[in-house]
Amino acid sequence: MTVTQLRQEVICFAGDSGDGIQLTGTHFSHNASTWGNDVMTLPDYPAEIRAPAGSVSGVSAFQMQFSSTDIHTAGDEFAVLIAMNAAALKNKIGGLVNGGLILADQNGFSKKNIELAGYSSDPLSDGSLPDYRIIADNFTHLTVQSLKELNLPPKQLRRSKNFFVLGIVFWIYSRSLTQTEEWLKAQFSDKPLVMEANILALNAGFNYADTTEIFGESFQVEPAPKKEGFYRTISGNEALSLGFICAAEKLQRTLFLGSYPITPASEILHTLSKYQDVGVKTFQAEDEIAAACAALGASYAGALGITSTSGPGLCLKTETLNLAVMTELPLVVINVQRGGPSTGLPTKTEQSDLLFSMYGRNGDSPMPVLAAASSADCFDMALEASRIATTFMTPVILLSDGYLGNGTESWLVPNPDDIAISAVEQYQQTDQFHPYKRNPITGSRPWVSPGTKGKMHRIGGLEKQSVTGDPSHDPDNHQRMTKERAAKIAGISAFIPEQPLTGETDDLVLVISWGSTRGGVSSAVKQLREQGMPIAHTHLRYLNPFPANLAAIIAAFKHVLVFELNNQQIVKLIRAEFLTPAKSATQTTGLPFKVRDVVKTISEYYGEITDGC
Amino acid sequence: MDVEILNRKDFVSKSQVKWCRGCGDFNVLKTMQSVLAKTGRTRENSVFISGIGCSSRFPYYLETYGFHTIHGRAPAVATGVKAVNPELDVWVITGDGDALSIGGNHFIHAIRRNQDIKILLFNNAVYGLTKGQFSPTSAQGWVSKSSPSGSPDRALSPLALAASADATFIARTSDNDPNHLAMVLEAAADHKGTAVVEILQNCVIFNDKVHEPYNGPKNRDENLLYLNSSMPLLFGKDKTKALINNGFGFKVAKVDDPCVLVHDPETQESTYAFALANLNYPQFPVPVGIFRQIQRPTFDQVLTEQQNRAIKKRGTRDLTTLLQQGSYQRLV
Repeated sequence: MTVTQLRQEVICFAGDSGDGIQLTGTHFSHNASTWGNDVMTLPDYPAEIRAPAGSVSGVSAFQMQFSSTDIHTAGDEFAVLIAMNAAALKNKIGGLVNGGLILADQNGFSKKNIELAGYSSDPLSDGSLPDYRIIADNFTHLTVQSLKELNLPPKQLRRSKNFFVLGIVFWIYSRSLTQTEEWLKAQFSDKPLVMEANILALNAGFNYADTTEIFGESFQVEPAPKKEGFYRTISGNEALSLGFICAAEKLQRTLFLGSYPITPASEILHTLSKYQDVGVKTFQAEDEIAAACAALGASYAGALGITSTSGPGLCLKTETLNLAVMTELPLVVINVQRGGPSTGLPTKTEQSDLLFSMYGRNGDSPMPVLAAASSADCFDMALEASRIATTFMTPVILLSDGYLGNGTESWLVPNPDDIAISAVEQYQQTDQFHPYKRNPITGSRPWVSPGTKGKMHRIGGLEKQSVTGDPSHDPDNHQRMTKERAAKIAGISAFIPEQPLTGETDDLVLVISWGSTRGGVSSAVKQLREQGMPIAHTHLRYLNPFPANLAAIIAAFKHVLVFELNNQQIVKLIRAEFLTPAKSATQTTGLPFKVRDVVKTISEYYGEITDGC
Repeated sequence: MDVEILNRKDFVSKSQVKWCRGCGDFNVLKTMQSVLAKTGRTRENSVFISGIGCSSRFPYYLETYGFHTIHGRAPAVATGVKAVNPELDVWVITGDGDALSIGGNHFIHAIRRNQDIKILLFNNAVYGLTKGQFSPTSAQGWVSKSSPSGSPDRALSPLALAASADATFIARTSDNDPNHLAMVLEAAADHKGTAVVEILQNCVIFNDKVHEPYNGPKNRDENLLYLNSSMPLLFGKDKTKALINNGFGFKVAKVDDPCVLVHDPETQESTYAFALANLNYPQFPVPVGIFRQIQRPTFDQVLTEQQNRAIKKRGTRDLTTLLQQGSYQRLV
């Protein structure tokens, strides 16, 4: 038996939404990560909990890349497609590379399954897939056979088929079963029969692959060279949750999350609700508005108040955000963006709430907007959002999206001692206390919470008299306060990191990206630079205000190309702010950019501007 | 301990009060300030949180902490305040439009959670600050700026709604009866849990004398039913009329009827308070006083208890342990 070494591999598990595909994929990614691979995952599942069984719209998929080198995306195309039924094959075959392997459960290709998937005959045997290698067997049946000694109904036994298939995939990539077995033991300690069924199925799948000779060879992806330390796979939603816990501890504040369940942000509520023991308070409110209001109330009372949501929920929270702008209280709003408008595409990714985050409020209402660049970066940006909110006494919108929220990657766990934020030193007013007397350095007002002796004061949504904070309808005061609020937010640019640039200012083209597209766009630029193309790249995580040196970077380029997953949003900000005729490259498929597509777009643009030179 | 003795004036802020001359809100403000002093509340630990409307300007006039928030949302803001600092005395100031229309959802859920906040609902049966539209408590058929042919909606009873949500403290009082008002506010201040107090309040500009037929000084003896614990439900000038059970509600009977009901605010079933809240003038007298007062764990108590249980179960975790969950160590 030969073991072939691979530099990296991309695979995709696909099946019915009740087949346990997400769990199977997660186990494989944990295994790869523990082995030392660099890992990135892209879960893709339907909005319905159980869409009609066997239908193409009900397919749940989990794509992942694992590598012996540093990677930044879950891969463009996969080399192996694990298809649990005909619909899964139909839905995902477009993503399989030519010559790729289809590992199919023949039991999911019944006459009815084939019809439901929209095939006229069995694609596994009718010769319609000549470009692929097909390995198909009755995996469900084999699972049931291997478990027949257990006293469980056949329906229950069939459920273990995902572990049977996982066993096969573990064999293909020369992996150990131990970690998954341990997890099953812990997870089903109160259901010993289910535990035993899954462990037996896992081993049966592994042994099946080992003893039948249909595979011929197995593969190995060596660990990636990495720094010493503790690693784990983490999703964006988990990283945000941990980031806020760290931020609250560093700021010496109670963390209070007000939230209302919404896809794809609910995992933040789920995750944080498990940390009551470290002092986290979570509040599942009656609606999005109450969730934001309670978080603002918590901030007013001296906690780090945060609220998590997705686009439609942000619509409902805007009045509260404006109250936070007017009362100058800290509040972090996490928006895990999804496809819109309206209910849109709840489980798909998009970056289309940017302009809404910037401007979607009545009045002149400036607010910092940040965007995490990867699942792991969600941790860092949670710290940054908390730092900015509390230092500058302002609500902050932190943008993530479905791709970052659900997707996972390997994460080098930081040492908490290295986290640099600390409790904000309150500006001491020497004379009489005034709630709107500003810190001359940051422009922020003091954060004085109820319970503080001798500083009783009243705040609210009415315009404030400068310094005293009393309600005021004075025309000159409103003009002054409008400017003070704007200046405070604009001034944050002096307190954020410099904008980094990949490449040189004398490169021909500047590629700009923001938020979750960093992986795809930076991988594409890297490829092109390695081919000698003069393409520079800058990736934005601070969107309002922009870093102070961004103007100089953009001014150095005649040709600017902006990538984003919406119908032209940040490109408008860049054109307006920097008066550059930036070109726009967008995609609104609900999926992240493919590296190949970004490479093609940049190459074509480069061709256009150099044509005739 | 050094205890500062405060009087009413210590709770008066420097802000000029900007209600219309003759507004019922003045009396409530004055009584509230007295009650805070009398019950030994501190200025720094008292927080008044309001929504939008005339009554919601109330916090500006108290020398305590105050937060004038947005329309209908004060109970939600108050829930967050109390959750992170249970030491605070948190009051919500709201009106019939603020609490029952735009904020109906928050009103119901704050009550259901039994968060330890006191909700003072100023009911003048009109939108005053927007100059005179019908509100959720306006009588059906009432002609207003926005209902020239009469309000098409049936009036909602705030206290029946509170009883439906199983409020642990339900009371009603009037802006024009300072002693009764003070008694009710003191009881609300001492209650642990959500207290809902409906204050029958007069809008001198847009709905003058709306409550006059029953709470006017000349009418109240005849048309109000004063609820007192352990006392029979008697009303009328010479207390000659009484309430007895009738199906799921009440009917009027003579004072010597053997079935006259005796008021018990600790009645566990919320249906009793619900039935009282649905007594409407002129068929019935209008009950005032404490309808219901029962004990149940408050929202912040439940959160604290859950936290203590979680600590007991897991012990304490530092950040390093927490971040390294599920990780593996890589040695180079």
